[in-house]
Amino acid sequence: MKRRLAVIPLLLAAAVTGALAWAAYAPIGTASHDALFEIPKGTWARRMAGEKAEILPDTITLVLGVNDVLLLRNSDTVPQVFGPVLIMPGQDFRLPFEQAGEHPFACTAHASGQMTVVVKPTPSAGWQRLQWRLQTLLARAPWRN
Amino acid sequence: MIRPFMLALSLALAGFAQAADKLKSGTFDPPRMAPQIVQKAADGKDFALDQFRGKVVVLEFGYTSCADVCPVSLALLKQARERLGPLADRLQVVFVTVDPQRDTAPKLKAYLEQFDKSFIGLTGTGEQMAAIRKAYGISATKKMVDGSKTEYTMGHSSYLYFIDPQGKLRALMPFGRPADDIVHDVALLAQGK
Repeated sequence: MKRRLAVIPLLLAAAVTGALAWAAYAPIGTASHDALFEIPKGTWARRMAGEKAEILPDTITLVLGVNDVLLLRNSDTVPQVFGPVLIMPGQDFRLPFEQAGEHPFACTAHASGQMTVVVKPTPSAGWQRLQWRLQTLLARAPWRN
Repeated sequence: MIRPFMLALSLALAGFAQAADKLKSGTFDPPRMAPQIVQKAADGKDFALDQFRGKVVVLEFGYTSCADVCPVSLALLKQARERLGPLADRLQVVFVTVDPQRDTAPKLKAYLEQFDKSFIGLTGTGEQMAAIRKAYGISATKKMVDGSKTEYTMGHSSYLYFIDPQGKLRALMPFGRPADDIVHDVALLAQGK
């Protein structure tokens, strides 16, 4: 009985090591590369009523190979200058990125008149990928909402 | 043994083909018809955007006194046109001034000829040019140069606007992308993709 109990920590350690190794070296696979920012229906009406309706953050962070396509969607009933482009009602604008770096865009929706898209390189296998997976996991944790 | 290898190879090739078929620019879905532009061109000829159906039209909004963005984009467009080879005639570059006050027709014509004689320049009254900008959702802001009462610069969109042979506004390419990206997208659009 004592011997069996002694095996449990070893099994747990092996499981944790295996999970960490997987997180550090398994390739990153995502169903979609889109990072969606949507203007919901009624945004224009809310703005006309004097409400603040901020849709785009000042800085958008994307990761190459993970979510490297900025998808802007206008679900409102009027055309919107959304980020750097005029998007008609019901229209999407999909902007792919292939290079890491900071991409500043003129954007009338922001008080500063500018929006920055930061594109980070694909996390390389090993410590970087492990770090990225842990950060993603923490960001999705239920207590964050 | 050969069958799984061939399957993996064909899947990989299909993946590459799909990636190659995608525009490198930002794309609209669904695309809308590009707003019509009717204007006297800098060379004195009548210009109507819909006359260029069958070609890929790349619109650039800028001004001749622009020190950084416009000359770089025009140089890239010139390079792209050279690299397009037999498809070069399927590309029409149209440069729309955001500074009609200073960009007279002769000045604009002379400026564009330094890059490529096929490039078309559009200028007109302030109201005419503002109407074109509004249709494309472009803003242009005048900023006085520090210490000067007459010198100014214009803040403007640095995107290239791609219109396909059917006249649809298909894509926008941010400033700074290499000439090969322009070649890639013009070639795809010219092939009806």
